[in-house]
Amino acid sequence: MKLTEEQVRWVAHLARLELSAAELAALTPQMAAIVAYVDQLGQLDTSGVEPLSHALPLSNVFREDEVSPSLPVAEALANAPRKLGDCYAVPAVLD
Amino acid sequence: MSLTRLPASELVPMLRRGEVSSRQLCRAFLDAASARDPVLGAFLHLDADAVLAAADAADASRARGEAAGLLAGLPVAIKDNLCQRGVPTTCASRMLANFKPPYTAHVVERVIAGGGVPFGKTNLDEFAMGSSTENSAFKTTRNPWDHERIPGGSSGGSAAAVAGCLAPLSLGSDTGGSIRQPASLCGIVGLKPSYGRVSRYGLVAFASSLDQVGPFAHDVTGAAMLLQVVAGHDRRDSTSVDLPVPDYLSTLDQPLAGLRVGVAREFFGPGLDPEVEKAVRGALDAYKSLGASIVEVGLPTSPHAVATYYLVATAEASSNLARYDGVHYGHRTAEKTNLIDLYCKSRGEAFGAEVKRRIMLGTYALSSGYIDAYYTKALKARRLILEDFNKVFAQCDVLAGPTSPTAAFKLGEKSSDPLSMYLSDIYTISCNLAGIAGISIPCGFTASGLPVGLQLQAPAMAEETLLRAARMHEKATGWHTRRPAGA
Repeated sequence: MKLTEEQVRWVAHLARLELSAAELAALTPQMAAIVAYVDQLGQLDTSGVEPLSHALPLSNVFREDEVSPSLPVAEALANAPRKLGDCYAVPAVLD
Repeated sequence: MSLTRLPASELVPMLRRGEVSSRQLCRAFLDAASARDPVLGAFLHLDADAVLAAADAADASRARGEAAGLLAGLPVAIKDNLCQRGVPTTCASRMLANFKPPYTAHVVERVIAGGGVPFGKTNLDEFAMGSSTENSAFKTTRNPWDHERIPGGSSGGSAAAVAGCLAPLSLGSDTGGSIRQPASLCGIVGLKPSYGRVSRYGLVAFASSLDQVGPFAHDVTGAAMLLQVVAGHDRRDSTSVDLPVPDYLSTLDQPLAGLRVGVAREFFGPGLDPEVEKAVRGALDAYKSLGASIVEVGLPTSPHAVATYYLVATAEASSNLARYDGVHYGHRTAEKTNLIDLYCKSRGEAFGAEVKRRIMLGTYALSSGYIDAYYTKALKARRLILEDFNKVFAQCDVLAGPTSPTAAFKLGEKSSDPLSMYLSDIYTISCNLAGIAGISIPCGFTASGLPVGLQLQAPAMAEETLLRAARMHEKATGWHTRRPAGA
């Protein structure tokens, strides 16, 4: 199945990525070619195979619930592009 | 011989014997970097004052008779996706152009505690996504053996720094071959530890189930030394494995009696450059003459490894990179806008083409209606790839083959064709999917003088076997002693 520019635009929306018209035009055939390549997995017989999300056989890793110092607010905010007092600043969400 | 051409395995004993101070050594490497890095482009950030201050501290500590640590004042270059408190950590992305982390990665802490001097931050493909370092937003890194060629990637800066004799050791990260492939293309040793052997705390995440930090060095001893320093459990990374770290250096020079070297039929398929094949077959002959047996094995799922990898890695990347939202840290658009557009514009402005491509692919593979056909299917293929390795390692101790299908390609040669770039990772990516250990070591040169690498792979947590097998080849052949002209 061929990937359309409309689908690529929808995926960009899901990924919260603004793409220019030129980027969209370049990306569509590139993604189509890569998707056509990965479609080869359809030929692989995986019936009865459990998905493997992680190579290590780890289950939950627990630790003691101990109080320890965390990053001071000023340091946590030091890289914020915009802040307001002790908070990250964002455009108004509600008018 | 110039100090900067010596391997870490010779420099550390010299530091211990007091034949050279950390300051003298760091000065020599800083001078080499000022003379040659304007051409090589290995470093994104190198603060000479900070390096010399750390070197002086190492010298003062030795003068007081304190333990010098395994690295004894040796400089170690750090890939710029590893956090160091207060030091720029850009991931070669405009997104993080001004980011200074408030904390230090576990591996960088270990380097410092082990007596190493952090020696600058090295160039990479943006967010470690690429195989040539051409995806850096900031500069081009050149292969020290041929300046018209790529150093490999994504840890191209770390590889070029060591190969070009601008640092004796460096750290890189490997998600699908990003240590082993540049090591191969630059004629040095690069090791990807087993998943969980080294803490990922402070490594900027690309694909969390595949990422692993590891060393570059001129020789196997140097790689073993740096692995020894950075390996081990860290409670801040819940996937780091709580198993004791063997003393790699104490057994390194003992040859493995009765070594069984596996060779997979699939390693010698179409696409493999004949000169690379010849060098790799030469390495297999070297093992035979050392008394090892060569065992032919099969990795039947390996033709599907690239497809599996580019679904799993991009899916994880699309999730990991969602954190760059223009709010918490990193680039924020200057446009006045609403919240959703703030995300879209900040990300659209600051990410480069390859990062966007991978976020898009990963998002697509995870999106409703496609997740079963792509992401879940890839996870099933991943299990088959792991099972292939389990069967193979019942028959042999290490697997040997080419690291990369070709020697270093020209700058710009593949940058307009993402799929052909992805296929250059064909031999390295299964190792990450299976979580096993892999190393690339020099095994020869092409007629035009480009290095060729031999990849050895061993079961998870079998780094000791891997290093000893690698050292056997190195000792018998001596390819690792060559340096590029001008270095």
